[in-house]
Amino acid sequence: MIRDIKKVKDAARMTAEVSTASSRLTVHFTRLLLLACLLVLPMAVNAEEKGAEPASVAAASALAAPDAPAAEAAVEAAVELAPEAAAVPEEPQKVDPVLNTGDTAWMLVCAALVLFMVPGLALFYGGMVRQKNVLSTMMHSFVAMGIVGVQWAVLGYSLAFGSDLGLGMVGDFSKVMLKGLISFEDGVPVYALFQNVGTNPSAVPEYVFAMFQGMFAIITVALISGALAERIKFSAYCLFVLLWTTLVYDPLAHWVWMGEGWLFKMGALDFAGGAVVHLSSGISSLVVLYFLGKRHGFPTERMAPHSLPLTLLGVGVLWFGWFGFNAGSAIAGANTPDAAGGLAALAFTTTTIAPAAAGLTWMFAEWIHAGKPSALGFGSGVVAGLVVITPAAGFVQPGAAIIMGIIGGLACYMGIMLKAKLKYDDSLDAFGVHGIGGTVGALLTGVFATVGATGLLSGNGGQFVTQVIAVVAVAAYAVVVTLVIAFILDKTIGLRVEKDDEIRGLDQTQHSESAYN
Amino acid sequence: MKLIEAIIKPFKLDEVKDALNEIGIEGITVSEVKGYGRQKGHTELYRGAEYVVDFIPKVKIEIAVADELVAKAVATIEETAKTGRIGDGKIFILPLEEAVRIRTGEKGDEAI
Repeated sequence: MIRDIKKVKDAARMTAEVSTASSRLTVHFTRLLLLACLLVLPMAVNAEEKGAEPASVAAASALAAPDAPAAEAAVEAAVELAPEAAAVPEEPQKVDPVLNTGDTAWMLVCAALVLFMVPGLALFYGGMVRQKNVLSTMMHSFVAMGIVGVQWAVLGYSLAFGSDLGLGMVGDFSKVMLKGLISFEDGVPVYALFQNVGTNPSAVPEYVFAMFQGMFAIITVALISGALAERIKFSAYCLFVLLWTTLVYDPLAHWVWMGEGWLFKMGALDFAGGAVVHLSSGISSLVVLYFLGKRHGFPTERMAPHSLPLTLLGVGVLWFGWFGFNAGSAIAGANTPDAAGGLAALAFTTTTIAPAAAGLTWMFAEWIHAGKPSALGFGSGVVAGLVVITPAAGFVQPGAAIIMGIIGGLACYMGIMLKAKLKYDDSLDAFGVHGIGGTVGALLTGVFATVGATGLLSGNGGQFVTQVIAVVAVAAYAVVVTLVIAFILDKTIGLRVEKDDEIRGLDQTQHSESAYN
Repeated sequence: MKLIEAIIKPFKLDEVKDALNEIGIEGITVSEVKGYGRQKGHTELYRGAEYVVDFIPKVKIEIAVADELVAKAVATIEETAKTGRIGDGKIFILPLEEAVRIRTGEKGDEAI
């Protein structure tokens, strides 16, 4: 296999030499060869991994009891809460949680990293709109920090991670106002601990877990704003953020990440939120678009990005923050007592590799298809790769991460080209990147999973079916509920600004400011 | 007196300015402008959305010169702003009726 690659590379080198003398055709051929190398390489890598795999899979499955201990199950207030709120199926030696300071330190950083993705997203989106709408677009991300920041403490955390209200659909109100996360014993504060594996004492304060999860809720709803930019009324957007997070995100997080959630019990894999975060926000943005309509002047008027440097800076910040998003999600990994351990390292690794491969893929695809490798294209590819690897980050090995990056980059590129043909106005491609990328990632997780779970390629076809069920269920729920929310908002306060206001720009008409003075 | 207006490629501005300085032209006014001639615009592509950019950024230089310097000034601009490729720009020469230096009240050739 390696020899084959060398041959291909030699061929590429020779072709390159010839092409200097000859025509553009040869240049194109060289590009194709480059792409071929890109495709061949990871397959080789994956083939290499296969040899070593059976042992590790065996080891993993020896550990992995059919229903992994519920991620949330062992949360206990060290004081007077009943010892087992929800019992772990097999509990040979269940132990009391003990605070792990290393994990705690790491998770505090991870939560902050995920929050940092929100200004990253604001830059990413802000650069892509016209000059007259940059502040309003950035505000869409920032105000989500405000609204969801409060909503999560008051209600959201309880709906997502409170005890199940029944059927694994939604949490109860037991953790409203983050109740029970702190208590007092003789006036001394005692902090509730989040223990991922009941048989291992390692734990972090539940406050840390709650805030880490809260940051996910913030970024998720902010992702939708990319589709609505440059024409949505700010008041309508604020209400949408509140309603969507409460009625769509919180239940979905419960389904997939809570030990009692129905998709979790079914065994659906979603490491850091391919379905819960990206698919749900991407598909919901399409639904709101249906009510919101196209921007005035679309697609004839020039709507080019006003500052791609902002956008590229945003890509960098997003990637940086995404390490907290994906590697931090090891906190709830199956049979993983250590948040800052090997699983986090694996997720960190795949989160480096997949976006890199996806950025290159998009770049080469555009180079071949449209003639030039654009900066926006590379940046978009990186984000597509981040989205695709999100559900798989801790389940796949590096070879699979490269392949997922390539497939994700191509899928999102084609999705966006299709959008350009269909002429629906997803301003900043919230669906094209997050909807398509999230779906592809969630499905491919069921194909490539080898760590702590097995996928189609390891002979577990059932996992793929489970992933399909999860994708369909999450998409269907998000579509229906978003349909209702958008319909009500449209019929009551109206989703869209007046035409005159849209032409003058949302910065002036919604916020009485302008970005550049 | 004449007013010379030259539309040139932005990156040629410094070269033209230095050359004009050397032949004794003491003041110039510069503005950033956009437009097109026979060169027309170019296309830009953002995620599959193609836009034709009609107006290309150029620099407009205005200088007021005494009659005897006009030919030399025009030749200097022509020489330094030239790349030989499409889009090098144009030079317009307009009659100038009067000039006044605001600080001193000097008029005509004295004022420029």
